Amino acid sequence: MPSQFVALQHRCAYLQAFPVAFRPTPFCCRSSLNNELHGTLPTLRPASPFEQAMTTYTLKQAADLLASGKTSAVELASDYLARIESLNPVLNTFITVDREKTLEMAKQADARRAQGQAGVLTGVPVAHKDIFCAEGWRTTCGSKILDNFVSPYDAGVISRCKDAGLVTLGRTNMDEFAMGSSNENSAYGVVKNPWDQTAVPGGSSGGSAAVVAARLAPAATATDTGGSIRQPAAFCGVTGLKPTYGIVSRYGMVAYASSLDQGGPIAQTAEDCALMLNVMAGHDPRDSTSLERAGEDYTGALAQSLKGLRIGMPKEYFGEGLSADVQAAIEAALAEYRKLGAEIVEISLPRTQLAIPAYYVIAPAEASSNLSRFDGVRYGHRAADYQKHINEKTSALEALYEQSRAEGFGTEVKRRILTGAYVLSHGYYDAYYLKAQKVRRLLSEDFQSGFSQCDVIAAPAAPTVAWNLGEKGDDPVAMYLADIYTLGVNLAGLPGIAHPVGFGAQGRPVGLQLIGNYFSESRLLNAAHQFQQVTDWHTRQPGL
Amino acid sequence: MQWEVVIGLEIHTQLSTQTKIFSGASTAFGAEPNTQACAVDIALPGVLPVMNKAAVEKAIRFGLAIGAKVNRKSVFARKNYFYPDLPKGYQISQFELPVVEGGEITIRVGDENKVVRLTRAHLEEDAGKSLHEDFHGMSGIDLNRAGTPLLEIVSEPDMRSAAEAVAYAKALHSLVTWIGICDGNMQEGSFRVDANVSVRPKGQAEFGTRREIKNLNSFKFLEQAIKYEANWQVEQLEDGKKIVQATVLFDPETGQTRVMRTKEDAHDYRYFPDPDLPPLVIDEAQIEQIRGELPELPAAMQARFQSVFGLPAYDAQTLTSSKALANYFEETVAAGADSKLASNWIMGEVAATLNREEKEITQSPVSSERLASLIKRIMDGTIHNKAAKDVFKVLWESDKSVDQLIDELGVRPVDSSVVEGLVDQVLAANAAMVAEFKSGKEKAFNALVGQCMKAAKGKADPAVINDLLKRKLTE
Repeated sequence: MPSQFVALQHRCAYLQAFPVAFRPTPFCCRSSLNNELHGTLPTLRPASPFEQAMTTYTLKQAADLLASGKTSAVELASDYLARIESLNPVLNTFITVDREKTLEMAKQADARRAQGQAGVLTGVPVAHKDIFCAEGWRTTCGSKILDNFVSPYDAGVISRCKDAGLVTLGRTNMDEFAMGSSNENSAYGVVKNPWDQTAVPGGSSGGSAAVVAARLAPAATATDTGGSIRQPAAFCGVTGLKPTYGIVSRYGMVAYASSLDQGGPIAQTAEDCALMLNVMAGHDPRDSTSLERAGEDYTGALAQSLKGLRIGMPKEYFGEGLSADVQAAIEAALAEYRKLGAEIVEISLPRTQLAIPAYYVIAPAEASSNLSRFDGVRYGHRAADYQKHINEKTSALEALYEQSRAEGFGTEVKRRILTGAYVLSHGYYDAYYLKAQKVRRLLSEDFQSGFSQCDVIAAPAAPTVAWNLGEKGDDPVAMYLADIYTLGVNLAGLPGIAHPVGFGAQGRPVGLQLIGNYFSESRLLNAAHQFQQVTDWHTRQPGL
Repeated sequence: MQWEVVIGLEIHTQLSTQTKIFSGASTAFGAEPNTQACAVDIALPGVLPVMNKAAVEKAIRFGLAIGAKVNRKSVFARKNYFYPDLPKGYQISQFELPVVEGGEITIRVGDENKVVRLTRAHLEEDAGKSLHEDFHGMSGIDLNRAGTPLLEIVSEPDMRSAAEAVAYAKALHSLVTWIGICDGNMQEGSFRVDANVSVRPKGQAEFGTRREIKNLNSFKFLEQAIKYEANWQVEQLEDGKKIVQATVLFDPETGQTRVMRTKEDAHDYRYFPDPDLPPLVIDEAQIEQIRGELPELPAAMQARFQSVFGLPAYDAQTLTSSKALANYFEETVAAGADSKLASNWIMGEVAATLNREEKEITQSPVSSERLASLIKRIMDGTIHNKAAKDVFKVLWESDKSVDQLIDELGVRPVDSSVVEGLVDQVLAANAAMVAEFKSGKEKAFNALVGQCMKAAKGKADPAVINDLLKRKLTE
């Protein structure tokens, strides 16, 4: 075995960007374990008259304000950056903020508007989950192993956002490689729930949900593999949509479980989610699982009446395990839906319980393979002293792999890689992986038979409100069990939306999940939007 | 004890596509390291594979050419293992459902035809290269080759000698280049052979334990490696030892095989369907379209050369050993040459000259059209065969036309009335020889022929002179 493997050389034309990439990005507020901003921030300009008010706007309001010329993209971005600077040290919602880059994008958006080239959302600032590769931006995916990785290319979602003229406010914190339901698995420290800083924000898109809740951005991109949009949206009292698998390009979205991962928006309102989905959705030939469909305006059906909408209540979702406060808030919300003309029907999803074991076999299996590329050879973390670990049993190459991965990955990621490698191993594949795939088909069938009786299915997003920081830290299985209401949707590839419907224990938000059949995003957004026309839960803000 | 060697081959053919199997990077050979590796090839976070349709078409073409089943649905799987030249930590291959199943190839060993059955052929991506030498004392990684499309063609264990294995590998090599799916360049690694070799007592039904010889990149090494390996296995067994299943490497320097890894340390590749790629679905229409575009295959062409052109089996087989050669022959005939004459000339003068100059038929300075012009001059009696060979030699070096050279070289045979006069003169001038011949000395006849040719300055047809002499001497 060779004494040492080296990373690709300078001769590699494609990688010429890498030496630059390995340098820390200026002005990035990274690893806020001590809740401090790193880097030197330029002096702030005087606050604009809109400063306090503007950051509470919805995406739609911000867009209207820009269109009317009452503000500029630079002003908006500056206001948000100022708010981020004051609140991020407390909430730790962003892994990276880059004032210069943000303001440059805002300038370009203003220039575009001046030329009459603005689209609906041009100049509106948004935050991106740190899972979407963005050229020139550090993209860590919440992991130490990608701590030094600055992407040389844009993800499909990022290019679409750029094309629309959206301005990037920063990169939101997340559970490492999107594995987690509390954001406690981030290598960059936990995100605090803006409603209660002793509570988790949910995960894995905890940063994106918290950013919207704290009004640090009007909207954020996120991803959902087993509930990672809907559950943190619910925990943070905001609206989040997980689209049908294949609607949003996975190209450039760091893969966790490829057959389950799906990007989507988190925002204050369903209308904002629709506007964001208009930008994010669309066929991408670089993703073979991306669906070729005619373009759809997801705001088109928002105003539709809910008269005659049949909402299914799966009896398995409203029984044992659901906490009383959540149940009460959801029942009240369903009563509201009834007032809007919807009809509630009881349905059954008999194999609901099987979603947990099926998911925790399939997702780790795919993850164990997807995460193999993080090996310390070409990019990312490489153990500095791996050579100390070379011995008669361990070659230089093995030491490089083992040490780099041991240092780079966190506990939960290692746990899932091990689980995944195990279920794919010779002799276990049939009993675990294949069986889980069969269960997956059965769960899809359950949903289809459910949809023969209703148009959308109502469910809690989680059995409880946000739990306390550290509460489930030592008990991964307890955390897995809390995913019961969201996993099935991913396994079946269905769309689901979570929107705020009130507050439960300790004043923490409760979210209702509506699940639709394939490609029913417009209907889900319509239902949530109509609900938000007659309620004000989505307008409530945490006192910060 | 009589031993029988059993051989099955796994051959990696590099499909001659412009771009890689799952990315848009170029597949051209020989570029500076890592200049042909894009984001997908180096496995940046978030990148995804997209199937190259040209690679699929080539796989289908192969399936149709060997009479195999082209699966309407096949599945890409991930083969998981860590190595620095495998950027994703897994290779995308096909496992349970390959694109091509079954099929067969007829090989010729000595005077015997033999059918070798194929198990399967599947699409997969190649890995990069680890450069362990001359790299600042370290190992370097070149990912230019990573993602190059391969068709792995697996045979049944149907071969019983190194010669059969070589014949099969050559037949397959000829076929994949014939149907244009692989450039066949073995030095550049476009056609790499793994040989599974086992031995068993002749007559025993069960196979012996096999060892796999990896990565043989020439027919010569294939033959040497199998011979060495089979002998080694027989020696082991005759010494009362057991064969342990293993992967071995052939060292051309020593001519020996050595163990790379045994079954105990074999990888568990943890194959599972690649969730990034939907199943590969091939529809009937696509298969029929490719079938329609498929060129006439060597076996069919050989049969046609025999039936339509009346060529002997040997000629037909030789001429169809490569598509370029067969094309050259057909063009020569199409330009008006007699088929047997064309066959003789191509297998004779043309092949010999090409061999001498180490050229391929496609590089022949005498085009099929010019060869046909020359043959036509033989057919219409303008020149005789011997003179034609002289013309051919000059033709090889010159741009002039056949007729121009015939005139310049003055090789037209002298007129038959003139020849008769010459013969009469020779007979008159060599009475002694005539007498010797008439007294029964056959040798004298040849001497007389020689005298006549000399008199005709070589421009007479020796056959005509023969006839005339015979007639006149027996009159």
